[in-house]
Amino acid sequence: MTRRAQSALAAAVDPMTPTPVMVRKALWENDDTFTLTLDCAPLGERYRFLPGQFNMVYVYGVGEAAVSISSDPARPGTLDHTIHRVGLVTTALAQKKRGDLIGIRGPFGSSWPIEVARGKDVCIASGGIGLAPLRPVIYAMLKDRDAYGRVIVLYGGRSPLDLLYRVELEKWANDFGVEVLVTVDRGDSSWKGHIGVVTSLFQYIKLDARETIAYVCGPEIMMKYTIDELDRRGVPPAQMYLSMERNMKCAVGFCGHCQYGPTFICKEGPVYPVTRVRPLLDRKEL
Amino acid sequence: MEKEDLSEIMRQHPFLAGLSFEHMQTLVGCATNVRFADDETIIHEGQVANKFYLIRTGRVALQMDVPGKEPLRIQTVGPGEILGWSWLISPFRWHFSGIVVLETRAIALDGECLRAKCEKDPSFGYEMLKRLSQVMERRLDATRLQLIDLYDTAARAGR
Repeated sequence: MTRRAQSALAAAVDPMTPTPVMVRKALWENDDTFTLTLDCAPLGERYRFLPGQFNMVYVYGVGEAAVSISSDPARPGTLDHTIHRVGLVTTALAQKKRGDLIGIRGPFGSSWPIEVARGKDVCIASGGIGLAPLRPVIYAMLKDRDAYGRVIVLYGGRSPLDLLYRVELEKWANDFGVEVLVTVDRGDSSWKGHIGVVTSLFQYIKLDARETIAYVCGPEIMMKYTIDELDRRGVPPAQMYLSMERNMKCAVGFCGHCQYGPTFICKEGPVYPVTRVRPLLDRKEL
Repeated sequence: MEKEDLSEIMRQHPFLAGLSFEHMQTLVGCATNVRFADDETIIHEGQVANKFYLIRTGRVALQMDVPGKEPLRIQTVGPGEILGWSWLISPFRWHFSGIVVLETRAIALDGECLRAKCEKDPSFGYEMLKRLSQVMERRLDATRLQLIDLYDTAARAGR
């Protein structure tokens, strides 16, 4: 059996065993966020992920972190992970460069239900690094652009320098007719775009509420207010989905670190119908 | 521009949606159509607030002067929004500067004229106050969210 086949088999058989993969490219998106492009051949041909799923990314000798996959699910051979440098593991990941090895387990978790959006308008609302797990959704929709109505991307960041995928945002708007609205919390005189929280962008779009599917990802408080705003505009809660984040450790529902009320985010999430988790968003200290 | 045309333009602005014909006529008497170029300062922090703008097109940034630092832009207002409510609240001074980011067309309402009409006709005054209060409430909510610093990474420092 070849090494590649062994690795693929290991990943398929034991979800707790990381498969070594090589860093093909490390690209800094801003001061503290970077995208690692990984050569995923060692994961085997059976490795497939769905938009919204995550991998456990392992830095040998340091530890593991759950990171959403941010690349195109239809693009074979490589995997992108956009990572915010916030702790020990992600700081170690930030030092990785082309040719370095890291470990991958996955993919894990639920995915954005793209099929329900066919023939409908789509509103993607994201904040900060929350755009990363939604990027595969956008890629998937752009591949089959005619299958969807309006595709609206609302994106908020702390400052212009913190925004992710700026070139792509422009490309989606210019080449694919995506309605892209970007806002920042604080701007300077060089910034000609919107300033304000991401929910303030809703006033500039007119939603056909009954025909709109909404995907929301960002800080929890942002998601809570975004859902309230969608609600105010008449989008039925059954047509809204969000992606939750907790401290995932085992990623297979054993350890309980990611428990969120009655669910484990690594198993039932990270993507949930809003109807499933909305009451939990209002619960204190959960 | 004829008052009838102005009234028609104003009727399309969300801030005035559903305003009665009588109140609209009262308002039109204080209104003028205005246009501002990029980088023009419409309102100046600390100066007398004697205008109120209904933004039709373009974008205006609200800017705060910070001693020793570059001015900070904390919000933009665009089509369908309003700029300024200090004309209504004593001591009638702007708390921010308003700088044009994208060429802007607006309806300017004279604050002094409006205040006089609000005093004279309490039902008109109450209608204006109700509408402005809604805008203030939404802006206050947005400001609270900004204060939380949504994108702060400290909460996730365990990763």
